[in-house]
Amino acid sequence: MSIEVKETCTGCGVCVRACPFGAIEVAEGKARIGDACTLCTVCVRSCPFHAIVIERPSVPVERFADYRGVWVVAEQEGGTLKTVSFELLGEGGRLAEKLGEELAAVVAGSDVTELAKPLGTYGADKVYLIENELLERYTTDAYTDVLAAVITRYKPSVVLFGATINGRDLAPRVAARLRVGLTADCTGLEIDNEKRLVQIRPAFGGNIMASIISHNRPQMATVRPRVMKAPKPDETRNPKVEHVKINLDPITVRSKVLEKVRELTKPSEKIEEAEVIVSCGRGIGKQEELKQIYELAEALGAAVGGSRPIVDCGWLPHQQQVGQSGKTVSPRLYLAVGISGTIQHRIGMQSSDIIIAINKDPEAPIFNLANFGVVGDLFEIVPRLTEQLRIIKAKERP
Amino acid sequence: MKIIVCVKQVPEITEVKIDPVTHTLIREGVPSILNPFDEFAVEEALRIREKHGGEVTVLTMGPPQAKEALIKCLAMGADRAILLTDRAFAGADTWATAYTLSLAIKRLEYDMILCGKQAIDGDTAQVGPELAENLGIPQITFVKKVEVDEKARKVVAHRETEDGYEVIECRLPALLTAIKGLNEPRLPSLMGIMSASKKEIKTATAADLAAKVEELGLKGSFTEVVEVFAPEPRQKGTIVTETEPEAAAKRIVEFLQAQVII
Repeated sequence: MSIEVKETCTGCGVCVRACPFGAIEVAEGKARIGDACTLCTVCVRSCPFHAIVIERPSVPVERFADYRGVWVVAEQEGGTLKTVSFELLGEGGRLAEKLGEELAAVVAGSDVTELAKPLGTYGADKVYLIENELLERYTTDAYTDVLAAVITRYKPSVVLFGATINGRDLAPRVAARLRVGLTADCTGLEIDNEKRLVQIRPAFGGNIMASIISHNRPQMATVRPRVMKAPKPDETRNPKVEHVKINLDPITVRSKVLEKVRELTKPSEKIEEAEVIVSCGRGIGKQEELKQIYELAEALGAAVGGSRPIVDCGWLPHQQQVGQSGKTVSPRLYLAVGISGTIQHRIGMQSSDIIIAINKDPEAPIFNLANFGVVGDLFEIVPRLTEQLRIIKAKERP
Repeated sequence: MKIIVCVKQVPEITEVKIDPVTHTLIREGVPSILNPFDEFAVEEALRIREKHGGEVTVLTMGPPQAKEALIKCLAMGADRAILLTDRAFAGADTWATAYTLSLAIKRLEYDMILCGKQAIDGDTAQVGPELAENLGIPQITFVKKVEVDEKARKVVAHRETEDGYEVIECRLPALLTAIKGLNEPRLPSLMGIMSASKKEIKTATAADLAAKVEELGLKGSFTEVVEVFAPEPRQKGTIVTETEPEAAAKRIVEFLQAQVII
């Protein structure tokens, strides 16, 4: 690995301000790179004269042993950690134990000191905190800069991200900057007898599973939310905490979040986070009939999803579409009402723990997936099911 | 506005069958299509061109028959197409794909790059961001609305989030990835189909890109698929036919109670 300042450098000092580690100074009219450099490439991008060049070949096999520790990139918004971060700590802890290495969490934000404790109670031995006002809201540039920089500095052997909207934006960017491999949306992780991370993921819409390994370090993967189990928190645990000092120059952050709009505010609309989803398809016939589905969902404390035809008709927003062109969900229970179960739909829900189907067509492919299926008229069954569930709920109340 | 749209030809996965003995994909006889998410990207590029002028170039990497996907884009209205095809490109993971695409794009002028959010065969959603990083340009992923301000050299996009969307302003050139809902892709018109055959499709090999063979395809990949296997089949469930809806509902309640869901 090498960094070089070319003749075209004018000593303007833009890179000095841009460097996250204060590793650059201007001496004799030229930028000079100091030992604190992590080759994070921020200066390369900041230079108006393209005068800084970094050669970053992949880590050679004989240096793999320098890379130690399992890292979880914890995701927070407004100071609240996402559930997937705890799931990753559970899984990361298992991997770290097999490797005989430490489990660390890294979290970035404007004010995240308070998050060290919960990350520790869920299993992190060490927590790296990166605080900067520019990290208040997620932006690809700022988060990539700081993560690529800390990963380069501390050399973990494994880095896990949640396969969330932001995780899937950030992880490939960081992986490409570090010039390492990345496996998307894993549903399983193992350590093989050569102590390599085996990353297991579905492909071709879940028709096949693939086991993938990385040829360089760190080994990086995004992990599908709700697949791994979060461990039981242990309040007695106190992690080692390290505040990582990183500068950020606003000039290197090229995008800006102007506004954040929350369209889905009710739990019934958030299918990705739901334990239980009631989903309906073409069988519902009319938009008015969706009311029944919402009532059933309410009785079950469930979110409401739908197959593509329902969304294409404009009866449900796109965010609630389950399937290939919508979302992939894996709730504890998926109750499919009037859904035939085309392959496009199955792709989005076949990893649910339990599937129940109600459909009038006994030949509907959804019955091949269902743990429990009822052949019958949904308009007859759904209201009665809702009623029975309400009665049970009422009885439970003291 | 000079726009490059990166597209991929994918198997129509609804027709993919699994060999029951070897558990591998039977690709024979499976039709190939333009990746559905890429259609949104092509459509958006055409709409931006219609509003701001400019040109739309579609780019793909794949076997020679991937030309079919480019022809569809040309029929929709793209101006020209580039096919990166070489045996050396085969077996590329997302990194090697993004790297190869970046070599081709670095030789072109552009203000914006559009991609589908992911391809339906791999579902990784990684090539877009990895390409943006290789080109050193900013990105906005999962966009459902795009407004270009050509004068200010910036783009404002709505990016889907878990519970809504965020409005992001970004400098151009930038790379954006398209989701369903961004637009309604047009069907190629008869005129479009006829004129597509007259449009230029350039092909480029590894040598044309001055690429080192060890940095391409399988050799240039940072990840390796070591095993492919069938997902664990779901346990066969109980299917009941109850003529009496009250009883049918009761059976479901009993099942839910047995599973300790209620």
